[in-house]
Amino acid sequence: MTEIGLGHYLTLGAVIFSIGVIGIFLNRKNIIVILMSIELILLAVNINLVSFSIYLGDLTGQVFTLFILTVAAAEAAIGLAIIVVYYRNAGTIRVEEIDKLKG
Amino acid sequence: MVAHAIFFYVFSIIAVISAIMVTVSKNTVHSVFFLILDFISISCLFIMIGAEFLGMIMLIVYVGAVAVLFLFVVMMLNVAQQKNQWFNSEASSSSHIPVGLIISTIIFFELIIVVGGWKYKPELSNPNTNQISNEISNTHSLGQVLYTDYIHIFQISGMILLIAMIGAIVLTFRRREGLKTQSYLKQISRERSEGIEVLEVQSNKGVKIDD
Repeated sequence: MTEIGLGHYLTLGAVIFSIGVIGIFLNRKNIIVILMSIELILLAVNINLVSFSIYLGDLTGQVFTLFILTVAAAEAAIGLAIIVVYYRNAGTIRVEEIDKLKG
Repeated sequence: MVAHAIFFYVFSIIAVISAIMVTVSKNTVHSVFFLILDFISISCLFIMIGAEFLGMIMLIVYVGAVAVLFLFVVMMLNVAQQKNQWFNSEASSSSHIPVGLIISTIIFFELIIVVGGWKYKPELSNPNTNQISNEISNTHSLGQVLYTDYIHIFQISGMILLIAMIGAIVLTFRRREGLKTQSYLKQISRERSEGIEVLEVQSNKGVKIDD
Protein backbone atom coordinates (compact mmCIF):
# COMPACT_ATOMS: atom_id res chain seq x y z
CA MET A 1 0.00 0.00 0.00
CA THR A 2 2.81 2.40 0.72
CA GLU A 3 4.56 1.71 -2.57
CA ILE A 4 2.85 3.92 -5.13
CA GLY A 5 3.33 2.50 -8.59
CA LEU A 6 1.99 2.99 -12.06
CA GLY A 7 -1.12 0.95 -11.26
CA HIS A 8 -2.28 3.43 -8.65
CA TYR A 9 -2.21 6.31 -11.09
CA LEU A 10 -3.89 4.25 -13.79
CA THR A 11 -6.62 3.27 -11.34
CA LEU A 12 -7.16 6.92 -10.45
CA GLY A 13 -7.42 7.72 -14.15
CA ALA A 14 -9.94 4.92 -14.64
CA VAL A 15 -12.07 6.11 -11.73
CA ILE A 16 -12.17 9.70 -12.97
CA PHE A 17 -12.87 8.55 -16.55
CA SER A 18 -15.82 6.46 -15.38
CA ILE A 19 -17.16 9.34 -13.29
CA GLY A 20 -17.01 11.51 -16.39
CA VAL A 21 -18.95 8.94 -18.44
CA ILE A 22 -21.53 8.61 -15.66
CA GLY A 23 -21.83 12.39 -15.57
CA ILE A 24 -22.63 12.51 -19.27
CA PHE A 25 -25.33 9.86 -18.96
CA LEU A 26 -26.94 10.87 -15.70
CA ASN A 27 -27.11 14.55 -16.36
CA ARG A 28 -30.59 16.01 -16.18
CA LYS A 29 -29.73 19.63 -15.58
CA ASN A 30 -28.06 21.59 -18.28
CA ILE A 31 -25.57 20.97 -20.97
CA ILE A 32 -22.76 22.87 -19.23
CA VAL A 33 -22.34 19.98 -16.81
CA ILE A 34 -21.92 17.66 -19.80
CA LEU A 35 -19.06 19.87 -21.00
CA MET A 36 -17.54 19.65 -17.53
CA SER A 37 -17.79 15.86 -17.66
CA ILE A 38 -15.93 15.90 -20.95
CA GLU A 39 -13.22 17.96 -19.24
CA LEU A 40 -13.06 15.27 -16.53
CA ILE A 41 -12.60 12.57 -19.17
CA LEU A 42 -9.77 14.53 -20.81
CA LEU A 43 -8.22 14.98 -17.36
CA ALA A 44 -8.27 11.21 -16.84
CA VAL A 45 -6.53 10.73 -20.18
CA ASN A 46 -3.91 13.26 -19.12
CA ILE A 47 -3.31 11.37 -15.87
CA ASN A 48 -2.73 8.18 -17.84
CA LEU A 49 -0.32 9.83 -20.27
CA VAL A 50 1.70 11.59 -17.57
CA SER A 51 2.00 8.55 -15.33
CA PHE A 52 3.10 6.33 -18.22
CA SER A 53 5.58 9.02 -19.23
CA ILE A 54 7.09 9.21 -15.75
CA TYR A 55 7.19 5.49 -15.04
CA LEU A 56 8.53 4.49 -18.46
CA GLY A 57 11.04 7.32 -18.52
CA ASP A 58 9.85 8.64 -21.86
CA LEU A 59 9.05 12.30 -22.37
CA THR A 60 6.65 11.84 -25.29
CA GLY A 61 3.64 11.36 -23.06
CA GLN A 62 4.10 14.75 -21.45
CA VAL A 63 4.43 16.43 -24.85
CA PHE A 64 1.15 14.91 -25.95
CA THR A 65 -0.49 15.91 -22.68
CA LEU A 66 0.41 19.47 -23.59
CA PHE A 67 -1.37 19.09 -26.94
CA ILE A 68 -4.41 17.53 -25.29
CA LEU A 69 -4.48 20.55 -23.00
CA THR A 70 -4.66 22.96 -25.93
CA VAL A 71 -7.32 20.91 -27.69
CA ALA A 72 -9.37 20.75 -24.48
CA ALA A 73 -9.18 24.50 -24.09
CA ALA A 74 -10.29 25.04 -27.69
CA GLU A 75 -13.12 22.54 -27.26
CA ALA A 76 -14.36 24.25 -24.10
CA ALA A 77 -14.32 27.65 -25.77
CA ILE A 78 -16.23 26.47 -28.86
CA GLY A 79 -18.69 24.41 -26.81
CA LEU A 80 -19.49 27.31 -24.51
CA ALA A 81 -19.92 29.62 -27.50
CA ILE A 82 -22.40 27.19 -29.03
CA ILE A 83 -24.25 27.00 -25.71
CA VAL A 84 -24.46 30.79 -25.49
CA VAL A 85 -25.85 31.01 -29.03
CA TYR A 86 -28.35 28.24 -28.36
CA TYR A 87 -29.51 29.88 -25.14
CA ARG A 88 -29.98 33.15 -27.00
CA ASN A 89 -32.10 31.46 -29.65
CA ALA A 90 -34.06 28.88 -27.66
CA GLY A 91 -34.11 30.34 -24.16
CA THR A 92 -33.15 27.11 -22.47
CA ILE A 93 -30.25 24.71 -22.26
CA ARG A 94 -31.95 22.00 -20.26
CA VAL A 95 -30.94 18.67 -21.70
CA GLU A 96 -34.41 17.23 -22.26
CA GLU A 97 -35.70 20.39 -23.89
CA ILE A 98 -32.99 20.53 -26.51
CA ASP A 99 -34.79 18.80 -29.35
CA LYS A 100 -34.45 21.15 -32.28
CA LEU A 101 -32.78 18.51 -34.42
CA LYS A 102 -35.59 16.02 -33.71
CA GLY A 103 -33.07 13.24 -33.32
CA MET B 1 7.99 6.56 0.11
CA VAL B 2 5.45 6.74 2.90
CA ALA B 3 5.13 10.47 2.33
CA HIS B 4 4.57 9.82 -1.37
CA ALA B 5 1.82 7.35 -0.52
CA ILE B 6 0.15 9.70 1.94
CA PHE B 7 0.17 12.60 -0.51
CA PHE B 8 -1.04 10.37 -3.34
CA TYR B 9 -3.99 9.08 -1.34
CA VAL B 10 -4.95 12.50 -0.01
CA PHE B 11 -4.89 14.19 -3.41
CA SER B 12 -6.52 11.32 -5.27
CA ILE B 13 -9.33 10.99 -2.73
CA ILE B 14 -9.96 14.73 -2.99
CA ALA B 15 -9.91 14.44 -6.78
CA VAL B 16 -12.36 11.54 -6.90
CA ILE B 17 -14.76 13.09 -4.41
CA SER B 18 -14.77 16.40 -6.23
CA ALA B 19 -15.26 14.63 -9.57
CA ILE B 20 -18.33 12.92 -8.11
CA MET B 21 -19.54 16.26 -6.78
CA VAL B 22 -19.17 17.82 -10.24
CA THR B 23 -21.73 15.41 -11.62
CA VAL B 24 -24.21 15.25 -8.73
CA SER B 25 -24.11 18.80 -7.43
CA LYS B 26 -27.44 20.62 -7.60
CA ASN B 27 -26.03 24.02 -8.34
CA THR B 28 -24.06 24.51 -11.53
CA VAL B 29 -21.79 27.07 -9.85
CA HIS B 30 -20.89 24.48 -7.24
CA SER B 31 -20.08 22.06 -10.06
CA VAL B 32 -17.65 24.57 -11.51
CA PHE B 33 -15.98 25.06 -8.14
CA PHE B 34 -15.61 21.32 -7.64
CA LEU B 35 -14.13 21.11 -11.14
CA ILE B 36 -11.55 23.69 -10.08
CA LEU B 37 -10.77 21.66 -6.94
CA ASP B 38 -10.37 18.57 -9.09
CA PHE B 39 -7.92 20.27 -11.43
CA ILE B 40 -5.91 21.66 -8.53
CA SER B 41 -5.53 18.29 -6.83
CA ILE B 42 -4.60 16.55 -10.07
CA SER B 43 -2.01 19.19 -10.83
CA CYS B 44 -0.59 18.65 -7.32
CA LEU B 45 -0.27 14.97 -8.24
CA PHE B 46 1.52 15.90 -11.47
CA ILE B 47 3.96 18.11 -9.61
CA MET B 48 4.52 15.35 -7.08
CA ILE B 49 5.48 12.66 -9.59
CA GLY B 50 7.86 14.94 -11.44
CA ALA B 51 5.91 16.59 -14.25
CA GLU B 52 6.17 20.08 -12.79
CA PHE B 53 5.72 21.97 -16.02
CA LEU B 54 2.47 20.20 -16.84
CA GLY B 55 1.17 20.70 -13.33
CA MET B 56 1.78 24.42 -13.50
CA ILE B 57 0.36 24.67 -17.03
CA MET B 58 -2.73 22.82 -15.87
CA LEU B 59 -3.17 25.34 -13.08
CA ILE B 60 -2.83 28.23 -15.51
CA VAL B 61 -4.90 26.84 -18.38
CA TYR B 62 -7.66 25.02 -16.55
CA VAL B 63 -8.07 26.92 -13.31
CA GLY B 64 -7.12 30.28 -14.73
CA ALA B 65 -8.87 30.15 -18.08
CA VAL B 66 -11.27 27.28 -18.69
CA ALA B 67 -12.93 27.25 -15.27
CA VAL B 68 -13.34 31.02 -15.32
CA LEU B 69 -14.88 30.68 -18.79
CA PHE B 70 -17.35 28.15 -17.38
CA LEU B 71 -18.14 30.49 -14.50
CA PHE B 72 -18.79 33.39 -16.85
CA VAL B 73 -21.13 31.33 -19.02
CA VAL B 74 -23.03 30.00 -16.01
CA MET B 75 -23.33 33.54 -14.70
CA MET B 76 -24.57 34.94 -18.02
CA LEU B 77 -27.09 32.23 -18.78
CA ASN B 78 -28.90 32.32 -15.44
CA VAL B 79 -29.06 28.56 -15.06
CA ALA B 80 -27.32 28.21 -11.73
CA GLN B 81 -30.41 27.63 -9.66
CA GLN B 82 -32.17 25.15 -11.90
CA LYS B 83 -33.63 22.23 -10.07
CA ASN B 84 -31.79 19.00 -10.22
CA GLN B 85 -34.14 16.43 -11.59
CA TRP B 86 -32.26 13.32 -12.37
CA PHE B 87 -33.81 10.12 -11.08
CA ASN B 88 -37.20 11.68 -11.61
CA SER B 89 -40.16 9.51 -12.47
CA GLU B 90 -40.92 10.88 -15.91
CA ALA B 91 -40.62 7.99 -18.28
CA SER B 92 -39.27 10.07 -21.12
CA SER B 93 -36.16 11.25 -19.38
CA SER B 94 -35.27 8.50 -16.94
CA SER B 95 -35.26 5.56 -19.33
CA HIS B 96 -31.62 5.86 -20.28
CA ILE B 97 -30.24 6.35 -16.78
CA PRO B 98 -29.88 2.63 -15.98
CA VAL B 99 -28.31 2.09 -19.39
CA GLY B 100 -25.80 4.82 -18.65
CA LEU B 101 -24.99 3.39 -15.25
CA ILE B 102 -24.47 -0.09 -16.71
CA ILE B 103 -22.25 1.21 -19.51
CA SER B 104 -20.16 3.28 -17.12
CA THR B 105 -19.70 0.37 -14.74
CA ILE B 106 -18.66 -1.89 -17.60
CA ILE B 107 -16.12 0.71 -18.78
CA PHE B 108 -14.74 1.03 -15.25
CA PHE B 109 -14.28 -2.69 -14.77
CA GLU B 110 -12.71 -3.07 -18.19
CA LEU B 111 -10.20 -0.37 -17.34
CA ILE B 112 -9.49 -1.98 -13.96
CA ILE B 113 -8.96 -5.37 -15.63
CA VAL B 114 -6.52 -3.79 -18.06
CA VAL B 115 -4.63 -2.07 -15.24
CA GLY B 116 -4.51 -5.22 -13.13
CA GLY B 117 -3.29 -7.54 -15.83
CA TRP B 118 -1.03 -5.10 -17.57
CA LYS B 119 2.70 -5.73 -17.96
CA TYR B 120 4.97 -4.10 -20.47
CA LYS B 121 7.69 -5.83 -22.34
CA PRO B 122 11.11 -5.22 -20.85
CA GLU B 123 12.47 -3.78 -24.08
CA LEU B 124 9.67 -1.23 -24.11
CA SER B 125 10.72 0.15 -20.77
CA ASN B 126 13.92 1.57 -22.23
CA PRO B 127 12.90 3.57 -25.25
CA ASN B 128 15.70 5.13 -27.17
CA THR B 129 13.97 8.39 -27.83
CA ASN B 130 13.15 11.25 -25.48
CA GLN B 131 14.60 9.81 -22.32
CA ILE B 132 13.82 11.76 -19.20
CA SER B 133 17.14 12.92 -17.91
CA ASN B 134 17.87 13.75 -14.30
CA GLU B 135 20.38 16.48 -14.99
CA ILE B 136 18.12 19.10 -16.53
CA SER B 137 14.75 20.22 -15.27
CA ASN B 138 11.43 19.00 -16.56
CA THR B 139 10.65 22.30 -18.28
CA HIS B 140 14.07 22.35 -19.94
CA SER B 141 13.75 18.84 -21.32
CA LEU B 142 10.18 19.45 -22.53
CA GLY B 143 11.31 22.58 -24.31
CA GLN B 144 14.15 20.73 -25.95
CA VAL B 145 11.85 18.23 -27.64
CA LEU B 146 8.81 20.45 -28.07
CA TYR B 147 10.47 22.95 -30.37
CA THR B 148 12.53 20.43 -32.34
CA ASP B 149 10.89 17.05 -32.77
CA TYR B 150 7.32 18.18 -32.32
CA ILE B 151 7.46 21.60 -33.95
CA HIS B 152 4.86 20.79 -36.60
CA ILE B 153 2.36 19.44 -34.09
CA PHE B 154 3.07 22.45 -31.92
CA GLN B 155 2.27 24.83 -34.76
CA ILE B 156 -0.85 22.86 -35.65
CA SER B 157 -2.06 23.19 -32.07
CA GLY B 158 -1.47 26.92 -32.34
CA MET B 159 -3.62 26.94 -35.47
CA ILE B 160 -6.32 25.00 -33.59
CA LEU B 161 -6.34 27.64 -30.87
CA LEU B 162 -6.57 30.42 -33.47
CA ILE B 163 -9.47 28.69 -35.22
CA ALA B 164 -11.22 28.14 -31.90
CA MET B 165 -10.85 31.81 -31.05
CA ILE B 166 -12.19 32.94 -34.42
CA GLY B 167 -15.02 30.43 -34.20
CA ALA B 168 -16.07 31.55 -30.74
CA ILE B 169 -16.06 35.18 -31.79
CA VAL B 170 -18.02 34.49 -34.98
CA LEU B 171 -20.57 32.35 -33.13
CA THR B 172 -21.33 34.80 -30.36
CA PHE B 173 -20.99 38.04 -32.32
CA ARG B 174 -24.25 39.90 -32.61
CA ARG B 175 -24.77 43.01 -34.69
CA ARG B 176 -27.37 45.19 -33.04
CA GLU B 177 -29.61 47.72 -34.74
CA GLY B 178 -29.05 51.39 -34.15
CA LEU B 179 -25.51 51.02 -32.98
CA LYS B 180 -23.19 53.82 -34.10
CA THR B 181 -19.93 52.37 -35.30
CA GLN B 182 -17.01 53.60 -37.33
CA SER B 183 -16.99 52.88 -41.03
CA TYR B 184 -13.39 52.09 -41.79
CA LEU B 185 -13.91 52.03 -45.53
CA LYS B 186 -15.42 55.49 -45.47
CA GLN B 187 -12.62 56.77 -43.29
CA ILE B 188 -9.73 55.53 -45.35
CA SER B 189 -11.32 56.35 -48.71
CA ARG B 190 -11.64 60.07 -47.98
CA GLU B 191 -9.71 62.31 -50.26
CA ARG B 192 -8.28 65.74 -49.82
CA SER B 193 -10.72 67.34 -52.25
CA GLU B 194 -13.80 66.36 -50.28
CA GLY B 195 -12.23 66.78 -46.89
CA ILE B 196 -11.10 70.38 -46.96
CA GLU B 197 -11.98 73.44 -48.93
CA VAL B 198 -9.68 76.38 -49.52
CA LEU B 199 -11.46 79.69 -49.35
CA GLU B 200 -10.41 83.17 -50.18
CA VAL B 201 -11.10 85.27 -47.12
CA GLN B 202 -12.12 88.76 -48.05
CA SER B 203 -11.65 91.64 -45.69
CA ASN B 204 -14.66 92.86 -43.73
CA LYS B 205 -16.73 89.92 -44.84
CA GLY B 206 -15.28 86.91 -43.20
CA VAL B 207 -16.06 83.38 -44.12
CA LYS B 208 -19.50 81.89 -43.97
CA ILE B 209 -19.34 78.28 -43.02
CA ASP B 210 -22.24 76.72 -44.80
CA ASP B 211 -24.15 73.75 -43.54
